[in-house]
Amino acid sequence: MIVEAGHYALVLAFALSLVLAVVPMWGAAARDPALMAVARPAAFAMLVMVALSYGALTWAYVGSDFSVMNVVQNSHSMKPLAYKISGVWANHEGSMLLWVLILALFAGLVAARGGRMPARLLSNVLAVQGAVAAAFLLFILTTSNPFARVAPAPFEGDGLNPILQDPGLAIHPPLLYLGYVGFSIAFSFAVGALIEGRIDAVWARFVRPWTLTAWCFLTLGIAMGSYWAYYELGWGGWWFWDPVENASLMPWLAGTALLHSTVVMEKRDALKVWTMLLSILAFSLSLIGTFLVRSGVLTSVHSFASDPARGVFILAILVVFIGGALTLFAWRAPVLRQGGVFAPVSREGALVLNNLLLATACATVFVGTLYPLALEAVTGWWSPDNPSKISVGAPFFNATFLPLAFPLMLAIPFGQSLAWKRGDLLGVAQRLAFAIAVGVVVAIVILALTVGGPVLAPVGVGLGVYLILGSATEIATRAWRRGAGLGVMLRRAAGLPRSAWGTALSHAGVGVTVIGIAATAWGVESIVTLQPGQSTRLGDYTVTLEAVTPRNGPDYRETVARLRVTRDGQSLGVLEPGKRVMVGRSMPTSEAGLMTLGLGQVYASVGEIEPNAAGLRLYWKPMVLLIWLGAVVMALGGGLSLLDRRARIGAPAPARAAVPAPAE
Amino acid sequence: MRARRLAAAVLALAFAALSQAAPALAVQPDEILKDPVLEARARAISAELRCLVCQNQSIDDSDAPLARDLRLIVREKLTKGASDAEIRTFLVDRYGEFVLLRPPFNAGTALLWLGPFAVLIGGAAVVWANARRRRPAAPSALTDEEKRELEEVAGR
Repeated sequence: MIVEAGHYALVLAFALSLVLAVVPMWGAAARDPALMAVARPAAFAMLVMVALSYGALTWAYVGSDFSVMNVVQNSHSMKPLAYKISGVWANHEGSMLLWVLILALFAGLVAARGGRMPARLLSNVLAVQGAVAAAFLLFILTTSNPFARVAPAPFEGDGLNPILQDPGLAIHPPLLYLGYVGFSIAFSFAVGALIEGRIDAVWARFVRPWTLTAWCFLTLGIAMGSYWAYYELGWGGWWFWDPVENASLMPWLAGTALLHSTVVMEKRDALKVWTMLLSILAFSLSLIGTFLVRSGVLTSVHSFASDPARGVFILAILVVFIGGALTLFAWRAPVLRQGGVFAPVSREGALVLNNLLLATACATVFVGTLYPLALEAVTGWWSPDNPSKISVGAPFFNATFLPLAFPLMLAIPFGQSLAWKRGDLLGVAQRLAFAIAVGVVVAIVILALTVGGPVLAPVGVGLGVYLILGSATEIATRAWRRGAGLGVMLRRAAGLPRSAWGTALSHAGVGVTVIGIAATAWGVESIVTLQPGQSTRLGDYTVTLEAVTPRNGPDYRETVARLRVTRDGQSLGVLEPGKRVMVGRSMPTSEAGLMTLGLGQVYASVGEIEPNAAGLRLYWKPMVLLIWLGAVVMALGGGLSLLDRRARIGAPAPARAAVPAPAE
Repeated sequence: MRARRLAAAVLALAFAALSQAAPALAVQPDEILKDPVLEARARAISAELRCLVCQNQSIDDSDAPLARDLRLIVREKLTKGASDAEIRTFLVDRYGEFVLLRPPFNAGTALLWLGPFAVLIGGAAVVWANARRRRPAAPSALTDEEKRELEEVAGR
């Protein structure tokens, strides 16, 4: 009964989304306040209906209602409660429902906070959001209904793929979707404003908090996914340039560019055309990412859905929304008047460089991810018997992506220190002299200490140190005052806008991640077979196999290798990597064992495991945690920036518009 | 050539289920060569070869039986004195360019390798053209009056 109610709520949500898509936009065009007033209640009602529907599916999972097909295929009555709840989005139908729930949530939030927005802009934005929701609700209802019943109902479900049964899974997809779908707001704002034909700094001020929110979640989502792959997939890598990873990286790169170009638009009323295009592209790439993952068109570790009907439907959504938005853009962009002018060497100029490099990096990932598909399709059409099949893997991306990332990072401290309109490159270089010098010295000292070792690693650590100190320099410079005491300066630093601190923190986070990535080159790997009692060296550590023991968990049984890690005879603890077989499944999975020592980790996974011998793959990964900590710092910086007065209060009300904004 | 592709596809189907569900050890202890220099070369080559039956994994990372076979072939050739390029050529002749994770530069992949540079140069050209078109006027020097006011504001 509740399941049917959930299904019905979904149908109602679809009807409401159609109302939301049509009525307010009509109202905005006809300047009819009554029709425009439909926008906010319709957005709220749609959110309530989607939430009810989602709640009903969760209810079916929690109660293990095996008369629902989706629950049968993806759950098991003995599964822990947390995984029953997270299991809702660990399959195609449920994850699409979560996608729409977040889309409706963002629409509801914009409606709730939209009181200060111009009525026509708000109506158009919510209408576009409604149109996107309508398309995806129709997709769910027609091709991916999660509420389909099965008769007769089986006594037990098939269980969830054990790889997906993990705390990482519980967090990763919602974070990622909050990021992906969050960019829909920027898209709706851009399309709404293009329809209305009014685009100015106020627009940028309204849209920026939403972009920043989406960006923070996407950053965390990608980092979480990377850490999950690192400990769950069992071979110790943290980024594989897998098509699905690339699908999340592309919106991130475009979103990062958008974040920076919006700053220029907000402060200087420039880069309008480009910002519109980026707003459209960031969400378009999210849609393309959804298409790539959901259609199964690219085979990769993640694709758990491959139904051509679904693929074609999502492709149609892509064509309509991306094509429509870009057509609207091409039609309206020429009439946008450009705002403030600036010299090439200026904050604006630096942000243009940032955008150029990020956009190129994004294009590189895009081309590399889709090229094999495109080449096969084109050559297959040319000569059907012998289509060209190539692989584009990590070596390609490392060779093309890193040369773009390096200059971008070198430029970060300069960009945040340059003045608006017209900057003084030499002056900034002098201010950054300390950061540059320390970075170079660090690189040279490490290089000298590790002669014969990897060369790029010390350079990377130096770059990271330079980024962190460069960010600190920016804060210090702004707090510094000739002749003032330390207390005054600290107070001045504390009084800086939160967005200044956020910027510095995020950029320092980039430095932290860079150091973590660089340090992977110093990792130690040991592939051995050990018998109980035998030991092996792993860098400064000794790993001893104490025993091979079978164990039982709540819904699995496993064989673990008990490994003791020692350094200079001192025991540091025990690792228990193993092979695990879930109830209802036959294929064993590998569970890695991790021990965090400082910022590094000892990582162990088992291969062949028998009572008297274990094949082990052991790693010492120095400073590896910095890779993800850096991402968390980046997101924290974004969050801090969100708390800035500017973002909290939004655009000044018309009556106060004449008061000059305080200089920052 | 076609028959070989077909065989590879059948193999792929056969192993897909295996490779998907059980990520575990890749390089096994018994595969490792005694000579550390040769072994390092073997690892470097393996990292750039695709496990043909897997989803975006190198043979160095994969635990599929076919990946193991390829790893053993690479090591066997290395111990017989083959160069890195010879090993790659041998595998490309057998499995096609699909086996290379770093696609070679040729007519089919020119767009792939040159695309990023084209985007960068094209983007830079647009930026440059825009900047030229709308160059800001040079700022005029401050008048004495303005300088005095500035000093006052700066509190000096």
